Amino acid sequence: MSASTIVLAILLGISAGLLSGLFGVGGGILFVPTLLALGLTQLEAQGTSLLAILPTVVVGALTQRRYGNLRARSALVLGLGSVVGVEAGARLVTHVPEDLLRKLFGVLLFAVAAQLAVRTWRRRPRYPESS
Amino acid sequence: MRLVAIGLVAGVFSAFFGVGGGIVAVPLLILVAAFPERVATATSLLAIAITASAGVVVFALRSEVDVGYAALVGLPATVGSLAGTAWQQRIRTSTLTYCFATLLTAIGVWLLVS
Repeated sequence: MSASTIVLAILLGISAGLLSGLFGVGGGILFVPTLLALGLTQLEAQGTSLLAILPTVVVGALTQRRYGNLRARSALVLGLGSVVGVEAGARLVTHVPEDLLRKLFGVLLFAVAAQLAVRTWRRRPRYPESS
Repeated sequence: MRLVAIGLVAGVFSAFFGVGGGIVAVPLLILVAAFPERVATATSLLAIAITASAGVVVFALRSEVDVGYAALVGLPATVGSLAGTAWQQRIRTSTLTYCFATLLTAIGVWLLVS
């Protein structure tokens, strides 16, 4: 591995962490393509990304706890539900046309993004200059 | 109960696409479970830690985890995460939400075109 490759991987790692801390995501969306570019197979990249996600989210969650934003019990319920969801999803994946599913999830994300934006817009202060 | 449902949806999403449990969980926590924005992102992070731990075990059993590469990107990411969470506290909630909505839209486009 060349020095520039290492530097690039580190920079992408920092970016993934920023994304994670800002938006409460794992950062896999940057980790996986980075690891693929480093020469791992798709499955290795996914497995390795999950391990890279761990310290990232643990540091983020601990920092958020200091700010009083963490609801640990809710996280436990959410996380365990998600483990079940991953298991169910892995079984379903061979039975559902993936293309249809991608489109459905894509549309779902658009709808969610729109709802978030509209909701925030409606809540804006009426007199911004006084806020 | 809502939290279980949100977790299920997020889990199915990440099983299908390999990434993105948090992408689904955060907005659903805000919209469905009425979590404040920062609380939603914080809680999502800890939930991901649980899901990712289970995932690592599964992948590790099939020798599909490279610890060296994970450290190469994961350790710098902790620095980013520290900075990102600290930065998040200084940003207006509305700005944060608009940025997140943009991120969601970008991933939606990616799902539709790829």
